[in-house]
Amino acid sequence: MKKLISILLTLVTLAPALPAMAAEEVNVFNWEDYICEEALTLFEQETGIKVNYMRFTTNEDMLVQVRADPANYDVIFPSDYIIERLINENLLEELDFANIPGAAYTLDWLQSAAYDPGMKYSVPYMWGTVGILYNKTMVKEPVTSWTALWDEDYRGNVFMMDSIRDTMGITMKMLGYSMNTRDQAVLEEVKDKLIEQKRSGIVKAYQVDETKDKMIAGEAAMGLMWSGDAAYAMGFNENLVYVVPDEGSNVWVDAMCVPKGAKHKTNAEIFIDFMCRPDIALLNFEEIYYCTPNSGVIDLVDEETLANETLFPTREIIDRCEFYDDIAQELQAYNRIWLAVKSAR
Amino acid sequence: MKALRRAYLGLVLVFLYAPIAVLVVYSFNQSETRAVWGGLSLKWYQALFHDKNILDALYVTVSVAALATMAATVLGTIAAIGIHSMKSWTRDLFMNVTNLPMLMPDIVTGISLMILFIFMKVPRGYGTMLLAHVTFDIPYVIFSVLPRLKRMNPNLYEAALDLGARPQTALLKVILPEILPGVITGALLSFTMSLDDFAISYFTSVRTANLSMLIYSMTRRKVPPTINALSAIMFVTVLVLLFVVNNRGSDTGRGRGTSGGSAP
Amino acid sequence: MKRSYFAAPYGLWMAVFTIVPIFLIAYYAFTLGGGFSIENFRMFLEPAFVGILTFSLWLAFLCTVICLVIGYPAALLLAAKDMKRSSIVVVLFVIPMWMNFLLRTYAWMTLLEDTGLINRFLEWIGIGRQRLMYTEQAVLMGMVYNFLPFMIFPVYSVLSKRDERLLEAAQDLGANAFMTFLRVTFPLSVPGIVSGVTMVFMPAVTTFVIPRLLGGGTFMMFGDLIENQFLTMDDWHFGSALSLIMMVLILISVGILNRADPSGQAAEGGGLW
Repeated sequence: MKKLISILLTLVTLAPALPAMAAEEVNVFNWEDYICEEALTLFEQETGIKVNYMRFTTNEDMLVQVRADPANYDVIFPSDYIIERLINENLLEELDFANIPGAAYTLDWLQSAAYDPGMKYSVPYMWGTVGILYNKTMVKEPVTSWTALWDEDYRGNVFMMDSIRDTMGITMKMLGYSMNTRDQAVLEEVKDKLIEQKRSGIVKAYQVDETKDKMIAGEAAMGLMWSGDAAYAMGFNENLVYVVPDEGSNVWVDAMCVPKGAKHKTNAEIFIDFMCRPDIALLNFEEIYYCTPNSGVIDLVDEETLANETLFPTREIIDRCEFYDDIAQELQAYNRIWLAVKSAR
Repeated sequence: MKALRRAYLGLVLVFLYAPIAVLVVYSFNQSETRAVWGGLSLKWYQALFHDKNILDALYVTVSVAALATMAATVLGTIAAIGIHSMKSWTRDLFMNVTNLPMLMPDIVTGISLMILFIFMKVPRGYGTMLLAHVTFDIPYVIFSVLPRLKRMNPNLYEAALDLGARPQTALLKVILPEILPGVITGALLSFTMSLDDFAISYFTSVRTANLSMLIYSMTRRKVPPTINALSAIMFVTVLVLLFVVNNRGSDTGRGRGTSGGSAP
Repeated sequence: MKRSYFAAPYGLWMAVFTIVPIFLIAYYAFTLGGGFSIENFRMFLEPAFVGILTFSLWLAFLCTVICLVIGYPAALLLAAKDMKRSSIVVVLFVIPMWMNFLLRTYAWMTLLEDTGLINRFLEWIGIGRQRLMYTEQAVLMGMVYNFLPFMIFPVYSVLSKRDERLLEAAQDLGANAFMTFLRVTFPLSVPGIVSGVTMVFMPAVTTFVIPRLLGGGTFMMFGDLIENQFLTMDDWHFGSALSLIMMVLILISVGILNRADPSGQAAEGGGLW
């Protein structure tokens, strides 16, 4: 008993040290698997600012937490349409670009974005597309269309995404509509299509971050994926091919923002600037394989990498794609359809 | 007949142990993927002790469990003494409130606390997780201590007072030793409940992850082989602890040691 | 100082961390757009949502039945006279419960996946790859695996306390083994069954992790739905209504179960032991 008490007492005295009362810190809320850990270590070493790193899986999950307590985070990494909503809801701080000289590295075509007019609230971190990653030994012909995801020959062999906008968006594209449709009749059609796909047993699972490793292991013939995860998987399994289908798809930008009332705004800006430094941006690029918005990185990589269409999509591919708009008014309708799909049996 | 019985129990044990055995075996696998057996190796054990994420989560898990246990044991023991001397209706009220967290599904407890913390604008992290753990631990202490109080001779305390002991002294020297086994049982129960909790921590902390939360987030992307090594170590620890406790005797709550996992 | 005041700090604690949160849930459940509303409950009556609830209840029911069928004989054998001395066997049944339940579930993922051990074995003996993961059976299996000990132990602990002389008396009076079981052992074990059923059914209805991991998001259970409302859809009102429904449901089923147990033994400690 005495031993037990002394062990417990030692733990009590140690515990307060854990929440790290370091004078300088920055709370970063980023996607799963979306940074090179070494970049964080370098940041801590060079600036002396401690990073509290937290992760989320989808935009929607992140939004819930940021709305609940915005002051809990100093840097967040939302996608374009979520940035639009955060701006509209007055949940972002305007950035002080005097602290972020590195923002100048951002590619020109990403500097004038509709989601953040005048680029006052965000600095692009990565961008990419949504497409199909398929295993060429497991399909009958090269995949070029979203309809492949509805092909009954691949029953139990398709990973879909547990992400509302992506899964519903590509269904809209397959049906020939915009990914930003607000038309109730189209939404119903999308719902039926997705339920049909699920009921016929084509869908193996709805998931997000798990898919890349399952694809590497050959667990399924194809999966709906973001380009960077696809590029990562292709590095481990040479039979994997990524394609942005002919009907078109989504192109997105994830950018770094500071939520309203952030406790360490200046540190946040120092962090954002650090992420823009070409050598750091290169570290991240080489770790997670998403498209870089950083012109400094493009100068650093070799010809062969530049020619990789998954890492650097051609103009022709980008032109096929559209950005998501914030469909705030129809959000409820989208959510309801997604629930109906997820609960269908 | 006896052989048949043994065979049945054996089969159930195989079912219970097969998955754990697989993790333990893979923890010695040289190769990183489960698809290949690369020969024996201890490298995942080495890697485990350098994995900052896992070590941090382990620290959070153990320290939250220890702190919550202490707070719950003190609060709960004192409360049990109070409840024991209550008159009928206040006593019923307290018992019902104490029963509530044990009856509520973990997910509802977690969500209700999450709403509270967000409502009070308390950032959810280590502190809120600790508060939540204390909350669900206290009832276990009360339910372990109360039966001991009931069994105690009520005249003992009065006698101590009559002999001139101050109430505090009587409490510490007379009541506490009598109920100590119950207190220890309650503390042990609290500790294991805290160690294993997932659902309540998941909703009440964003900033800090305990081991369950870390494993959950890992299963949603990629589970490193170090987790296998961790499983093996935990398994052996549990094995040793249980056999030690079992051989030591039955004072730590017969039949109650059977209450390991909370299950969200 | 009256000793009953000792419970005051605890009373305060529970008021803040148990009572107030429940009232907050009730508040959100009964409001929408700033005013009182029962719209959240009306919405629940839609077929999709009722369907999720009945599916969860069905799966939890199946899980409970399977646990009872597997667990009861195991408990009976463990409590048998010749087993009593070998408490090591009993400890063996306890150990898996003490492993972190996410680890145990993860272990099943490694067994069931397409390239997992079971499938490789099936391929090796020539049956070929089967789809094991992401099925209803996988979810059910995961639940049975996690909750089986919760059935075995309450039954075991009741049976191991039974008076052996009762069995001897029954036999002396001419009852055969079956009649002894039916008339003596089984009635004695009812409190154990009741608390076992409670302890399996409750977590099975509310689980959201097991269907997520082993069902691959293709099965939505009631716990999933609640989690989803709070952490993805950001609809606290509907989510709270669902939580309230679940709470009431659990309280009712515990009430019914306790009534089924004449001795009231399972009621002690909220039926948790």
